[in-house]
Amino acid sequence: MIVISSLPFDPGKLLHDFQSDHPDAGAAVTFTGMVRSTKDRPISALILECYPELAENEIAAIRTAAVDRFSLIDAAIVHRYGRLVPGEPIMQVMTLASHRQAAFDGAQFLMDYLKTDAPFWKQEETEAGTAWVEAKAADDAARERWT
Amino acid sequence: MKVLYFAWLRERLNRASDDINLPDDITTLTELVAWLRANDEALDLAMDNPKQFKLSRNARIVSWDTAITDDDTIAILPPMTGG
Repeated sequence: MIVISSLPFDPGKLLHDFQSDHPDAGAAVTFTGMVRSTKDRPISALILECYPELAENEIAAIRTAAVDRFSLIDAAIVHRYGRLVPGEPIMQVMTLASHRQAAFDGAQFLMDYLKTDAPFWKQEETEAGTAWVEAKAADDAARERWT
Repeated sequence: MKVLYFAWLRERLNRASDDINLPDDITTLTELVAWLRANDEALDLAMDNPKQFKLSRNARIVSWDTAITDDDTIAILPPMTGG
């Protein structure tokens, strides 16, 4: 399952629905990315821009690569765009596998690729205005370890 | 050909896309980017570190040496910050 949408989602319900009808799975891993605002770096919102057609295609390719590489039983990616406020989930990756290592590795692989290869761009909204979030070299390095 | 711009590149250019007539001698994405930059000072400045950008052709990320035609939709993609 791949969902790219501006609509909010319920992380628990997503996981429940994803896990249903898979009695052959022994491990499920879920990662949920959330909008964060801290005392040191308060933000009022995160605004995500997206190229939806490209996101659908690239995320589908990344998902297929993860399923093949880690023999996942299933994998799902949900990613939002639009204006999100602190505490809201931005995205969720879920994997199902026979055993835990494949489920963890598959989720990590998906996250590392999504950070650098899925066409989303974050803008932070603060009292001072809005500013684009810069890409991190650490995210490129995390992705490179899988090549 | 349609050329799409995203995020801070779109803001710096003050537009989200261009419709262009592709010159006959432009056959790859590398040549297209060079031609676009030569004809647009704002784009030229914004892309002074060109290799940080990914390019897509018809909604798939492709390498800079990919061949293109006038019917394609191309996007110039600043470093992505999803997840």
